[in-house]
Amino acid sequence: MGKRVGMEVSIAASEAVRLANVDVIAAYPITPQTHIVEHLSEFVNNGELDAEFVPVESEHSAMSVCSGSQAVGARSFTCTSSQGLILMSEIVYCTAAMRLPVIMVLANRSLSNPISIWNDHTDVMSIRDCGWIQYFAENGQDVFDHVLISYRVGEDRDVMLPVIVNMDGFSVSHVIEPVELVDQETVDKFLPPYKPDIVLDPAHPVTMGAIVLPSCYTEAKKAQDEAVKASMPTILKGWQEFGDLTGRYYHPIEEYRTEGAEVLLVTMGGIGETAMWAVDQMREKGRPVGLLKMRLWRPFPFEEFRKAASKARMLVVVDRAISYGGPGGPVASELRSALYNEPKRPLVANFIAGLASRDVAPFDFIEMVDRAEGACKKGMEPEYEIYGVRE
Amino acid sequence: MEKLNVYSARLVPKNENFGQGHRACQGCAEALAIRLAGKAVGKSVVAVSATGCMEVVSTPFPYTSWNVPWIHVAFENAAAVASGAESGLKALMRKGRIPQRKIFVLALAGDGGTSDIGVQAISGALERGHDFLYICTDNEAYMNTGIQRSSATPWGASTTTSPAGKVIPGQTTWKKNMAAIAAAHDIPYVATACPSYPFDLMEKVKKGSRTPGPAYIHVLAVCPTGWRSAPDLGIRLGRLAVETGIFPLYEVIDGKYKLSVDPPQLRPVEDYFRLQGRFRHLTKDMIEKIQERVAREYEKLKMQERMTGGE
Repeated sequence: MGKRVGMEVSIAASEAVRLANVDVIAAYPITPQTHIVEHLSEFVNNGELDAEFVPVESEHSAMSVCSGSQAVGARSFTCTSSQGLILMSEIVYCTAAMRLPVIMVLANRSLSNPISIWNDHTDVMSIRDCGWIQYFAENGQDVFDHVLISYRVGEDRDVMLPVIVNMDGFSVSHVIEPVELVDQETVDKFLPPYKPDIVLDPAHPVTMGAIVLPSCYTEAKKAQDEAVKASMPTILKGWQEFGDLTGRYYHPIEEYRTEGAEVLLVTMGGIGETAMWAVDQMREKGRPVGLLKMRLWRPFPFEEFRKAASKARMLVVVDRAISYGGPGGPVASELRSALYNEPKRPLVANFIAGLASRDVAPFDFIEMVDRAEGACKKGMEPEYEIYGVRE
Repeated sequence: MEKLNVYSARLVPKNENFGQGHRACQGCAEALAIRLAGKAVGKSVVAVSATGCMEVVSTPFPYTSWNVPWIHVAFENAAAVASGAESGLKALMRKGRIPQRKIFVLALAGDGGTSDIGVQAISGALERGHDFLYICTDNEAYMNTGIQRSSATPWGASTTTSPAGKVIPGQTTWKKNMAAIAAAHDIPYVATACPSYPFDLMEKVKKGSRTPGPAYIHVLAVCPTGWRSAPDLGIRLGRLAVETGIFPLYEVIDGKYKLSVDPPQLRPVEDYFRLQGRFRHLTKDMIEKIQERVAREYEKLKMQERMTGGE
């Protein structure tokens, strides 16, 4: 089995990219993603990874370079954050629609203005509907594993979709954690070389990215939607096979102490580990509270989520982004709509917390559960609340 | 061959990268330029197009005019997508995953996609030294969206966003010199060309694509629709642009300037303007102002030729 070592999570991500033997890396520096690209350029310049490192002049070009390299059949990688993501977002949509399985690690960071280098999920939520498979990692091990899993799943000929691995900026990306690495032999068993059916090759000319008139656009979009939905079995298979090789099994929704739980906290990303502490403390006091951690955001795991949520009386959803003037946090609003047609559905309380790395401590989760329960007792339908605003 | 002044169809390579059936307007010199460039570059090529007329007219799904592998991603990123294709091919060949052979990477974009919205991506690609050829087919405005001005629109020209108004008589800025911007990156090959000089254009495309490292060719492409000129005058207008000195043909090889066509005497700019509706409103004073500028710029070019020893 792999070696367990203490390392910064960004370095673990780079290790996974090296083990995946990528061909092209194109990235532009932005805090807090920088350690990944720095480490990857060291690999390339030291001859430890045989790849082209393209030091582009912007994130827009980073994604454009990856589109071009992936289209000729080269395994490609990029990583970014925040403003970088929204600058490249135009091409993020193109990459998915053109079925180019680029892999991107996102060190999630707030969007400007005011400028903030700290962590929340406002960046990735701005491209929620980009058509990429989207994972959320909780810790360094998740990040390392999911870079490898992403290549395996995204490049599968039944999928051919790009994949984002989300990790919280700083609170995950910059933390030194014990990470169990996977050796090259095991990676090679899990991840076959990238051999797409269609590439830009003078021997077999193809036209990619043609113009489509209204007579075909709807069909193209329907096909894209079906492709994202149809990736689910491969995603599950990818986790299963990875688990069989490493002993680490992953699920679309990770459940923690949900047995007999009447109230379920729901988190996505790194704060899930803090929420586990809070659940332990509440359980110690005999409160029937459990936790659901969303690992897969796209395709949305409707079936798994409904099953996990069905027995609860109330969900307390902690969002890390906000839809201004809208239904609150994006996660809660999607969970609500996923439950709407269910005959018996839990109430959904929504707290937007941890913007720009504002600390969300175990007692904050307890406070959120208390407030949601209080509102519930008063017979009030819980609404969204931006938690912890200093007044 | 280089100086061949006549068009002889039998001397043109038979292969067509950019085939029949495209939907360009009658008399489109941009389509002609790309067809000639395709003949010169040969079959072993990956072509990357920016959004624009040529992308729209050549690939209405499920049809395509491209007989070579071709990709379009977006408007401003042809140079970046080409960078990726070049890097990907390089890595795959080095790692033994595809056979070693020369595959040229060709990026194609209009003047808007190059000198306006694409200028950052092209500057990055030239500076990084990718081995590719970038061809800008410049028809001096955003023709695909309906003849709006770009930074490549010449001074005085009337477009839909620089109309010849009662107070402001058309475009108020001088044409951005994109070839000079490319040359400022110290790349091994820069040239200007025009399909009215087909053999010169093909020769330059051949040179540019075969030069290791980045190469840039700026092609003047007459657009009858946007220039409000007769569709059968495209070739003549291209020649007039060169003969008046408005669009001189030259190469910059490793920093050395060399004029490809240097007429003993330049024709008056009016000869060129007379055939185009976009310049119809120009007054005598305005034409004089342009004439002075053209003479000055032409002299500057000749001085660059003398100074860099490219003569």
